[in-house]
Amino acid sequence: MRKIILLPLILFVLLLGFLAIGLRRDPHEIPSPLVNRVAPPFSLSTLQPEQALFSPEAMRGKVWMLNVWATWCAACQEEHPVLVSFAQEGLVPLVGLSYKEVQAADAPEGKPFTPEAKLALARQRSLAWLRAKGDPYSLVAMDLDGRVGIDYGVYGVPETYVIDKQGVIRYKQIGAVTPAVLAEKIRPLIQELNRS
Amino acid sequence: MIVELGHYALILALLVALLQGVLPLVGAHRHNWHWQSLARPAAVLQFLLITLSFAALAYAFQANDFSVLYVAEHSNTRLPAMYRFAAVWGGHEGSLLLWLELLAVWTVSVALFSRQMPLAMVARVISVLGLISTGFLLFVLTTSNPFERLFPIPLEGKDLNPLLQDPGLVIHPPMLYMGYVGFSVAFAFAIAALLAGRLDVTWARWSRPWTLVAWVFLSFGIGLGSWWAYTELGWGGWWFWDPVENASLMPWLCGTALIHSLMVTEKRGSFKAWTVLLAISAFSLSLLGTFLVRSGVLNSVHAFASDPTRGVFILIFLAVVVGSSLSLFAWRAGAVSLGGEMAWVSRESVLLANSVLLVVATAAVLLGTLYPMVIDALNLGKLSVGPPYFDTVFVPLMVPVFFLMVLGVRARWRASTLQEWLHPLRRVGVLSLLTGALVAAYLGWSWGVALGMALGAWVVFGTLEPAIERLRKPGRIPLSFYAMHCAHLGMAMVLIGVTLVKGYELEKDVRIAAGDTITLGGYTFALQKVTEVPGPNYVAKRAEVLVTRDGQTVTTLFPEKRRYPSSAMPMTEAAIDTNLWRDLYVSLGEPLNNPAQEWSMRFYIKPFLSWIWLGVLMMVLGGLLGVSDRRYRRAAAVPLPAGATAA
Repeated sequence: MRKIILLPLILFVLLLGFLAIGLRRDPHEIPSPLVNRVAPPFSLSTLQPEQALFSPEAMRGKVWMLNVWATWCAACQEEHPVLVSFAQEGLVPLVGLSYKEVQAADAPEGKPFTPEAKLALARQRSLAWLRAKGDPYSLVAMDLDGRVGIDYGVYGVPETYVIDKQGVIRYKQIGAVTPAVLAEKIRPLIQELNRS
Repeated sequence: MIVELGHYALILALLVALLQGVLPLVGAHRHNWHWQSLARPAAVLQFLLITLSFAALAYAFQANDFSVLYVAEHSNTRLPAMYRFAAVWGGHEGSLLLWLELLAVWTVSVALFSRQMPLAMVARVISVLGLISTGFLLFVLTTSNPFERLFPIPLEGKDLNPLLQDPGLVIHPPMLYMGYVGFSVAFAFAIAALLAGRLDVTWARWSRPWTLVAWVFLSFGIGLGSWWAYTELGWGGWWFWDPVENASLMPWLCGTALIHSLMVTEKRGSFKAWTVLLAISAFSLSLLGTFLVRSGVLNSVHAFASDPTRGVFILIFLAVVVGSSLSLFAWRAGAVSLGGEMAWVSRESVLLANSVLLVVATAAVLLGTLYPMVIDALNLGKLSVGPPYFDTVFVPLMVPVFFLMVLGVRARWRASTLQEWLHPLRRVGVLSLLTGALVAAYLGWSWGVALGMALGAWVVFGTLEPAIERLRKPGRIPLSFYAMHCAHLGMAMVLIGVTLVKGYELEKDVRIAAGDTITLGGYTFALQKVTEVPGPNYVAKRAEVLVTRDGQTVTTLFPEKRRYPSSAMPMTEAAIDTNLWRDLYVSLGEPLNNPAQEWSMRFYIKPFLSWIWLGVLMMVLGGLLGVSDRRYRRAAAVPLPAGATAA
């Protein structure tokens, strides 16, 4: 008996095992290298013109969440009601990061924006949006040119970060936060972080 | 009503498939003539039922019946009629129905064109195909029913994915599936032969034409897909080593090895076990491809909406089909004689070497495709495998394949002497080295180009020289002779095209306004204007680009950026001017300000790109010539006169 003819079968069984495990994984889930690192510092204007600049330093000692959003983002529309009802529980403060709200193409004919005009338009749009749909944010930092987004490795809006009392990112959600994500990942994590 | 009829027909088809899968097989085992003779009528009946079901779904699309969930998800009243038909296979459920329909077409063809085969063999083959059909019918009916109703009924459908609204995509899936599914026939023949314990020369002869037809469809399907990606995606690329592309390439590589190995088995009675293994592998890889696309285990541009239950179902199906056939192989193939002796210098030894190389290449592609999943499964992290891996691994494996191609054609069956084998090739060898060196030196030196061109020339000269020699001699030349040379020349054309495109393509990414010109590779491109053009179900921005060379007008190109309101998805429609020596390729990007005055635009010059498509067409033509060879239409009982064929 030539044993070698069993080889294809053995290889196939091995392959099958991997396929079975692979089936339970999500290839779209990409771990962020920022998880378990200190949240990159920044200092940005907020939605309210009279408010001081916001910096993550201000949240030291609290567990909080940072949600990257924009009014032009379709998935944010779906996510928004979830965030609003989550914020009503008052579990942790939710800080918004308004990401590239105003695009170059939005400029009036032929004239590029001044930074002030850009900020004003972004505030106006975001406020109108939040007034219409409800405001889950304790405050919203305005990342007009997306620099902070680069530091945080944002590659699609929306994204959400859970940050612990020491200012370390503990979880990153790419794409919309859903009730399932809240129940399975975010809530248990927040409880654990709040205890420590 | 008609939709329900389609659903019922599918359920009936499942029952017929079960009968077809079990009774003739048992009949063949017990030598029960009545049960065996059920095979053909069952195949015909199943074909009619599945066709009815397919027609019902097509009707629902034509009638814009949005009460059918699948239609509502993949069509729209403003979708042109042609795409409303193609939308039948534009999503997961319908494309499985297409799979079934094509399997039924293959099965009924086997039933009709197998008069010269013994009934027991026909019964076994049709039974195996019936069992495969049973599996897929169960899959469709339990997890992916295309006839599911929707309530409340929407007024408008969601529309077909704009990416799929292209003539190339209308025929690409059916062609590709014809190839995938076609390997099920070769598989069924192999299993039937294993079951009967008759792995002999006749088995190889019967399965050869079927395998070749499947290979032709698969080649054409892959070529179409690549051509579509080139014209439609606007990146100027034509092969991305995407997991789903790989899923089609693997059965092709394996199938190419199979058609050559079958030849050796038929002519010389050797490699029987190897050939059977290839037949099983080719179809298994087709199934694996289906699994990869449908289960969402890998990231791909082709990803259909993935659903874990579907993945589990296909995985179980894969386990049953491949597991049982490999077990059968392990059980039966051990007893198979090795067949005729093989000399080191002979056509069969070269064919075996190439066959092994192709299988290694298949394994390399498989490894690269599944590696991210394996690493993730072992908790070693997340990664992706891209073109650098595939280029590094694939190219060194293909170099000897091309080299051996010529040696195989030159060598005789049984045994050649080194002298008569290699002597005539000296001239070809010198000439091709010279060609490679000259072309690379003339166009700008690169070792890769020199090697690629030398190999291309090696295959071209090495194929043409013996062909001309043979044509000069008297005597009827069988079609299979032309078939082989045509296909091999096609392969060489693909190689030359790929080499020159990779070596000398030019690319320019610019910010451009109407009235601006850019120059690239001696051509001047002038953007005249960008206008808005309405389409049937989209609005396009169309740029007009005047191309000149040395003051002479070459052509005017009209690249478009289309916006489909139904899905808010922008689509790039590249404009390409093709001739034998180069493609001028322009794609329109995004407007850079508002109102748009400047645009991002990409310009490419791709030398010899059309050779890739022409090469694929030559291979397809070669395959068709091979199938048309009249020996396949002769009764199998008539033995082939020795030396009647060259290939």
